[in-house]
Amino acid sequence: MKFAIQVNSSPYAGSAGDIAYQFVVAALSSGHRVVQIFFYFDAVYQALAAQTPPDDELQYTRRWRELAQQNNIDLVICISAAQRRGLLSSEEAARQNRTDQDLATGFRISGLGQLVEATISADRFIVFPST
Amino acid sequence: MKKYLVIMHCSPHGSIHVQEQLDVILTLAAFDRPVSLLFLDAGVFQLLRGQSAEKYGYKQTVAVFDALALYDVDDLWIETESLREKGLVIDQLTLPVKPIARSGLHDFMSGFDVIFGS
Repeated sequence: MKFAIQVNSSPYAGSAGDIAYQFVVAALSSGHRVVQIFFYFDAVYQALAAQTPPDDELQYTRRWRELAQQNNIDLVICISAAQRRGLLSSEEAARQNRTDQDLATGFRISGLGQLVEATISADRFIVFPST
Repeated sequence: MKKYLVIMHCSPHGSIHVQEQLDVILTLAAFDRPVSLLFLDAGVFQLLRGQSAEKYGYKQTVAVFDALALYDVDDLWIETESLREKGLVIDQLTLPVKPIARSGLHDFMSGFDVIFGS
């Protein structure tokens, strides 16, 4: 079965990201496909490049990136939610005469249209809500 | 074509949630997807008449709901128990909504292919 996922909370404000991650791992190991993980609301912070937690803690951005690379999953950050919260890709930053590159490697920024298209093409769409 | 339900359960200005959920609804409408809305819990306040959000620097989200009919989003439902728990009656809302009892939600939701929750 083909899954599309939406995650709604930031790494440190809720467990939506963790639960979504475990779900994706379980789905993949059961032979399902996960085509897209869409990060919305405060979940855009899941992609914040400058996160530097202590080495013995979860490395959220790296964990998503490795999962996505190994399983060919599209990690999409919502552009409007990201801009509102100050998380800019280098292209967007350049438009504002800034030099930010806030987006961790492995993620891409796109619009809600990507989310809607994923719900159309997937067999199942699952939202992992904040709290 | 898949049928969509968006569940609105947050109060209007407790966070940016309603505004960003409205963006999802508008995007679904732009893709010509059939969308229904269900208001429950504190979400029943979203359509309350007489809000003055601009006074506090917020977007008047209730005005966006009023405009949704232009995008053919007009299948609106409200949970009877939530409405009663918040001390509201349907006449206080800005748009025509259909009441649905909590006991009927399971069957109601089964009629949709994609559900956007919280």
